[in-house]
Amino acid sequence: MDKPKLKRLPVSPAPAGSRQSVRRHSGVVRMTHWVNVLCFSILLMSGLQIFNAHPRLYWGEYGADSDRAFIAIGSEQHGDGLKGFFQIGPLNIETTGVLGVSREGDAVTEKAFPSWLTIPSYHDLGAGRNWHFLFAWLLVINGIVYLAHGLWRGHIRRDLLPDRDQLGWRHIWQEVIDHARLRFAKGEHARHYNSLQKMTYLLVALVLLPLMVLTGLTMSPGLNAVFPFLPDLFGGRPSARTLHFLSAFSLVLFVVVHVLMVVLSGFWNNLRSMISGRYVIDHSGDAK
Amino acid sequence: MTQKFSRRRILTGLVSAVGVSMLAGCDRMTQSDGFGQVLRQTEKLTMGSQRLLLGRQTLAREYSASDLSPVFRANGTQLPDSEEYARLLEHGFADWRLQVDGLVDHPLSLSLDQLKRLPPRTQITRHDCVEGWSAIGQWQGVPLGRILDLARVKPGARYVVFHCADELEITFDGSGRYYESIDLMDAYHPQTILAYGMNGKPLPVAHGAPLRLRVERQLGYKHAKYLMRIEVVSAFDKLWGGRGGYWEDRGYEWYAGI
Repeated sequence: MDKPKLKRLPVSPAPAGSRQSVRRHSGVVRMTHWVNVLCFSILLMSGLQIFNAHPRLYWGEYGADSDRAFIAIGSEQHGDGLKGFFQIGPLNIETTGVLGVSREGDAVTEKAFPSWLTIPSYHDLGAGRNWHFLFAWLLVINGIVYLAHGLWRGHIRRDLLPDRDQLGWRHIWQEVIDHARLRFAKGEHARHYNSLQKMTYLLVALVLLPLMVLTGLTMSPGLNAVFPFLPDLFGGRPSARTLHFLSAFSLVLFVVVHVLMVVLSGFWNNLRSMISGRYVIDHSGDAK
Repeated sequence: MTQKFSRRRILTGLVSAVGVSMLAGCDRMTQSDGFGQVLRQTEKLTMGSQRLLLGRQTLAREYSASDLSPVFRANGTQLPDSEEYARLLEHGFADWRLQVDGLVDHPLSLSLDQLKRLPPRTQITRHDCVEGWSAIGQWQGVPLGRILDLARVKPGARYVVFHCADELEITFDGSGRYYESIDLMDAYHPQTILAYGMNGKPLPVAHGAPLRLRVERQLGYKHAKYLMRIEVVSAFDKLWGGRGGYWEDRGYEWYAGI
């Protein structure tokens, strides 16, 4: 492995040239990425508005107040005032101030998700649904553009499918350790995603986001009539609603880790590469 | 160190300021005429694509008796608060009549017994509320198409409006009275029935006695309860808020297929 590097040494440019600028993201990827940011933010917050109308999630073909909820957010009157809670299965966590019961100015309101997390901020299910469906259409169109481009121009195969040598357990374990120690790729390695990135992006683009769309459509009584296999696939409309919520929550987790990694592994460089496409690779570590 | 700390504080301050102003912006956009219109236009796209896929006859799933919800949640009005309704209820709806008028050749006035003598349809379906809950119930009633045929719908008719006995919001001008509308395509759908029975019993008061609409491929708020009058019209823009229903006048979609 040393030989090619030695060969390249004589042609490598002056010290200033140890920083190389490459084009990292194509125009379509950059555009669809930011449209996705907009869509996901609005879909999430209008989705929480819709969720607040009935903050209980069920499993099965039916589910309403008298049926057992798998997940529920609510409020209870206690001796000294209202208490908010988050319940999942047998677990019940007090969440006063954020979930179930929150403050709006000086007033205490009983809302599953607080007003600063919902669109509109005030209670309006009709408006929340209008926002949700407008941006759901945009997300679907954006997703089709992304997938068509990704398949047609090879972005998914070339940049997102892990290489064979990236798939060994030892290699993946090494990447987990590198991530945990915040050791990020440099030089030539920085040209490509590592396998954890690849698998995560594939999970988001090919599993979680399509799952959002499908479970969302499964909540439609109209589309249930057209595609009866949809509720069957997810175990009923209430189950699809639960999965819709869980995959949205998974996407939120992804966004948190994603943004954290973007900040830690070179914020401006990463951000610029998703805006102008230009990404700077530091070759100073290559010679070692 | 202090510099880093202050930079972080500036950044978080900036992010939360942007967040708060974006939220306020979303609220303002919701209430603005222009973007409010854009938001509403989505409904046309949604309805168009659903109608393209649905067709006239595609049926909503029908379940078996073992799938019934143990308790079917009653929503909206549970007991209409009017002397007229109290009187009807007291006499077991013997004096109740369903008026069928508007763009029809033969306006009708039907008693509950007359409706029950027509060939019934029984279906076990899932009721999907706009809020997100679902319940499975059995419904028995007369196909709406049958009633419309008896009344003979005139050319130019497009919608069927359902006038109800309940006032969901008490207002001076009566605009809080519940009403709904569907188009003729849904009106003639085989599963669109005027239900007088639920789960093998007469329709309970909480679920809309003596008669309610079932329009199975749409959300719960379309299924008007406490029916008093059915009006066939060419347009509903002059009716109350002009959007074709109680909830529609308060911002919900007229086509509630999702």
